[in-house]
Amino acid sequence: MGTGLVLLLPFAAALVAPLLTGALGSRAAWLLALAPAVAFAHFCGFLGPVAEGSAVNGGLDWIPSLSVRFSWHLDGLSLTFALLISGIGALIVLYSGGYLNGHPHQGRFFSFILLFFGAMQGLVVSDSFLMLFVFWELTSIASFLLIGFDHAREASRRAALQALIVTGLGGLALLAGLLLVWSVTGISEFSRLGPLGETLRASPLSLGVLLLVLGAAFTKSAQVPFHFWLPNAMEAPTPVSAYLHSATMVKAGVYLLMRLNPTLGGTPAWELLLPLFGAATLLTGAVLAIRQTDLKLMLAYTTVASLGLLVMLTGFGSERAIEAAVLYLVAHSLFKGALFMVAGAIDHESGTRDIRRLGGLRGAMPLTFAAGLLAALSMGGLPLFLGFLAKEEIYAALTEGRIAAMLLVAAIAGNALMFAVGFAVGLKPFVGAEAKTPRHAHEAPPLLLIGPVALALLGCGAALFSPLLHRLVSSPMASAVAGTELDVTISTLPHAGLPLLLSLLTVAAGIAAYLGQARLRAGVDAVLAAIGWGPDKGFDQAMRGLIRLSALVTRIVQNGRLDVYLSVTFIAVALVLLVPMVLFGELPSVPSMPGLLLHEWAVLLIALIGLAAIVWAKDRLTAIVSLGIQGFAVALIFMLMGAPDLSFTQFMVETLSVVILALVMTRLKLSPADHRPAAEKMLDLTIAGGCGLAFTLLLLKVLEQPFDDALTRFFNAHSLVAAHGRNIVNVIIVDFRGLDTLGEIAVVMIAGLSILALIRVATPKKAEGGD
Amino acid sequence: MGTLIFRTAAPFLTALMLLFSVFVLLRGHNEPGGGFIGGLIAASAFAIHGLAFGVPAVRRALHFHPMAVSGFGLALAALSGFLSLAFGVPFLTGLWTKIPVLDVDVSTVMTFDIGVYLVVVGAITSVALGLEERE
Repeated sequence: MGTGLVLLLPFAAALVAPLLTGALGSRAAWLLALAPAVAFAHFCGFLGPVAEGSAVNGGLDWIPSLSVRFSWHLDGLSLTFALLISGIGALIVLYSGGYLNGHPHQGRFFSFILLFFGAMQGLVVSDSFLMLFVFWELTSIASFLLIGFDHAREASRRAALQALIVTGLGGLALLAGLLLVWSVTGISEFSRLGPLGETLRASPLSLGVLLLVLGAAFTKSAQVPFHFWLPNAMEAPTPVSAYLHSATMVKAGVYLLMRLNPTLGGTPAWELLLPLFGAATLLTGAVLAIRQTDLKLMLAYTTVASLGLLVMLTGFGSERAIEAAVLYLVAHSLFKGALFMVAGAIDHESGTRDIRRLGGLRGAMPLTFAAGLLAALSMGGLPLFLGFLAKEEIYAALTEGRIAAMLLVAAIAGNALMFAVGFAVGLKPFVGAEAKTPRHAHEAPPLLLIGPVALALLGCGAALFSPLLHRLVSSPMASAVAGTELDVTISTLPHAGLPLLLSLLTVAAGIAAYLGQARLRAGVDAVLAAIGWGPDKGFDQAMRGLIRLSALVTRIVQNGRLDVYLSVTFIAVALVLLVPMVLFGELPSVPSMPGLLLHEWAVLLIALIGLAAIVWAKDRLTAIVSLGIQGFAVALIFMLMGAPDLSFTQFMVETLSVVILALVMTRLKLSPADHRPAAEKMLDLTIAGGCGLAFTLLLLKVLEQPFDDALTRFFNAHSLVAAHGRNIVNVIIVDFRGLDTLGEIAVVMIAGLSILALIRVATPKKAEGGD
Repeated sequence: MGTLIFRTAAPFLTALMLLFSVFVLLRGHNEPGGGFIGGLIAASAFAIHGLAFGVPAVRRALHFHPMAVSGFGLALAALSGFLSLAFGVPFLTGLWTKIPVLDVDVSTVMTFDIGVYLVVVGAITSVALGLEERE
């Protein structure tokens, strides 16, 4: 049960965060960081058992009748993610304490970020599909709130909405995909899906499942062509960028792919689509990153590139590629989180994030410099750092067996550009001549330093103690992703071989790119200016198009003319009844005329007279009253046929409807005369005739069926005995079908309310005048 | 609509119809009638009163807004259903008891039907009065 409480804890913390911040100010961060810290400690306890190959399961029944459970499953993959999310989460909460110190809405910010932490943590430990989906959507919502935190600025609002729409669409695809998996396999929990991968891959729906899952993963993890929302999300405060948009949330898509790799992976479509989109994203992100001058945007685009690399490796299809993906994922979370926090600290202390206006901060901010440099070394993939292990493994995977030349080139180019950007953020602002910044820079306060320093040191320490890392984290996670036992062995000591050579090539190219950054930027700018269009613009165009389309549809469907609505409704009724009857040859046979008594003929004649009077009536009032004649005649027929209740009600309804129709007419000041042109009258007559014919045929057909008196016998037998009533109709209404009646009277009341509202709306002047 | 005959007859008509509506409502369990039809009769009674003496007169006589009457009826019907919770039987199960001195059967079915009656009276009367108000 401990895990259940840990899953709830963040939401409880999110509730008290505003109060706590109101009382303690930014010092509340120390207390609030306990929520993720406790989760981190809790999950650390599972490291041992999971490393030995046993998974931790738990859960509660949610909807037992549908066999839906609220269940969690912690294997190597979930556990690594949970540790990253809770560990970095604790550091981010502390960092937010420093970064938003004195902000009027700091409490709200803590609340949102803890909400996100809870959602993300729930996402990665979820076992049941629906639970994963709920948490997946919750991360999108939390991300929306956090990107739009500074909601007074239009750019923030646009970015928040854009992220919500793109990831929300992906969420719908995820739901559809998971439901398909559920219907094909009959399984709604990931942990039991393993043996059914073969069934799923052989199913004709497997391509649909794959495309839907990719739609979800690619939108969440910002793959080309959906990458545009991620850089725009940099409108959020820096702690958000560091946490959601580099270390955790954007990796949810990668998590999904890794989770489903044993089930969906290994097919030609998987091994084509993932590397293709991944490599395209890697190159796009890296090239766009080098062009930026804003530290955060540079990092954002390299995050896009890194996500591309991860997707590419996940879909590559070899065990070594999986190992590389796992190592790179961990390394990336550590160094990118640290670099974002360094960028935020620079911004916070110097007042600018523009790389061209920063320089020589090493004297003023030595600790920030140290953290930034360590993180950049890891990002650049230099020995002694986790990034190096990851890169060696990437190159080893891509050159093992068949050499995937295209992917290799993409990987080298992407890595080299990311190397350059890493050092542009972690090194460039600190060296060179001291630049004049808007604020006189000082060393960041402790709250801003703990996070980046801890993550940067961890990136170095993890590499130095790589056997321990592999035993506890990399090997279990890689095994979970691959679906078979894997043992990661790579160590930080460089060993001669093709991968090392490629690493050297990357570093050389990276240094060249770092030195020639200004020229590269100008070149990319020129190319982009020549293209002129991008998916970001496309998003705006799509949104404008959507609004125009809905306006158009509204104008056609809701044109505001009651007569058109009524005509369409009744034409539809007539067609729905007549067309199937004719198509399937279900027309009733001609009925024989029953022998009627004289008074029965008389009543029928009254009804016909009423009908004729409606058609020939010169003005509307006469027509309405004639309608009443016809209705009364029908009520009489009910009476003669032995249905007093029905007849009684029919009398009252006819009376009231004539009264109300007449009132409406006077109310709307309709002229008594009927001004419709002859053609329109003919059309209306045809529609009315069609509906009448359709109902007549339907009723005749119904009467041809043998009468099943099971219900009659039931109610005759039980009405008095069980419900103490002799009037069966009323007993049915108030007792046997009481729930239906309750619903119906609710409808009566709501209809009354809406009519009342319509009357009020139509006469604003009268309402003011009163009476 | 304000002819002398109509205005003279209207109060009697209204009173009789209201009485009759209650009669129809209460006999509904064993003879033709019930809450729905009773409610329609009562609504017609109020409509007639409104035509004869104007809407303000009806509103004064009713004291409550007709929509409030309707809401009360809906709540009454729902509560009649919830009473079954206390006896551990399914929602809306009919519960019967006899008042000792008067020797009258009362039941949740009856209160439910009264709820139906009030909903119909309230909803239709408020629409009718809303429309009449304009004249």
